[in-house]
Amino acid sequence: MNFFEDIEVGQRSELGSFTFTAETIKKFAVQFDPQRFHLDEEEGRKSLFGGLAASGWHVGSVCMKLLVADTQRRAKEAAARGETVAAWGPSPGFRELRWIMPVLAGDTISFASEVVEMRTSDSRPQWGIVQARNTGTNQQGELVFSVLATAFVPRRGAGP
Amino acid sequence: MTTLTFEDFPPGRFGTFGPRHVTREEILAFAAEFDPQPMHLDEEAAKKSLLKGLSGSGWHLCSIMMRMMVDGFMGRAASLGSPGVNEVRWLAPLRPGDDLLLDVEVMEARISRSRPETGIVTFKTTARNATGQALCEMVSPIMVGRRGDAGAGQGG
Repeated sequence: MNFFEDIEVGQRSELGSFTFTAETIKKFAVQFDPQRFHLDEEEGRKSLFGGLAASGWHVGSVCMKLLVADTQRRAKEAAARGETVAAWGPSPGFRELRWIMPVLAGDTISFASEVVEMRTSDSRPQWGIVQARNTGTNQQGELVFSVLATAFVPRRGAGP
Repeated sequence: MTTLTFEDFPPGRFGTFGPRHVTREEILAFAAEFDPQPMHLDEEAAKKSLLKGLSGSGWHLCSIMMRMMVDGFMGRAASLGSPGVNEVRWLAPLRPGDDLLLDVEVMEARISRSRPETGIVTFKTTARNATGQALCEMVSPIMVGRRGDAGAGQGG
C-alpha cells in the first residue's frame, strides 16, 4: 500500500464492479434499512425509485468492500516486490455523499476512486490526509453514487 | 399507527432512540463482507492499530444508525428516500458489546422546490455508547411526504 509521498492529486483507480441482485438488496435491507422500497419489488415500483432499490448504505458499503479489496491487492503486490507496505489509518469520515440515481435489482455498478486533495496533518506530522472522490457508475454509464472520503495515510520514513 | 409526515418534523430536538446492543459476531460478519481490514477482523492486529482494539467498520456503524432511525420513527414516516449525506464524522471506535443510543435532531425542514408535495428534513443524528461518548455524527436530508399527500408516499 502506498505512502503519502507515493500519491498524487488526480490519481485514479478502477475498483471493479458489483451486481446488486434482488437477493443481496433484500438481505442488506432486512438487517439495516427495512423500508418497503428496499424489501419488496411491488413497493419499489410504486415508489420514487421505480423498482426494488438497494439501500444507499448498501451501495456505500459495497464501495468500501471494493476499495479494501483494491488496497489489499496493491499491498500484496508491493510486498511481493519487497517494498515496505504502508499501513493506512482509520478514516475520520466523509462528506458530500450523493445517491444520484437509484441502484435497482440487476444493476451492475462499477466503482472508481480519484484523489482530489492532499495535505499534511498539523497535529500528527507522521500522517498525511488524503481526500478521494469515490464514484459508482451503472451499466448504462450513468453516475449513481459519489462520496468525498478522507483517509489518514502514513508519511514515508515516519515510522510504522 | 398514524403516519409521520413532514409537519411532524419541526426544527429542534426530535428524540433519542435505542438502546441497540452490538455484538462481536455482527461486527466480524459485517467486516468480513464489506470492510475486511485487520482492525475490524483480527483482535491482535486491531490492538496494534491506532484504534487500539477491535472496532466495527464505520460503514457498519452508519448502517446500524440507519436501522435505529427506521425502528425509531422512519418506519412509520412517509419517507420517500434520501438524496445523500452531507457529512459523517467517525469520532470514536464502535466496540463489541456497545449499547448504542441515537440522538436525533431536526436541523432544517423545508418544502422541496422541485417537488412541492414533498418536504426535505435534514437530520443530525449522533450515536453514543453507554458512557455517553459520541461515536459518530451524521447530517443527512430525507424526503418526507406532506400531510394530505402521505398516501402517495405509502404507495396508495
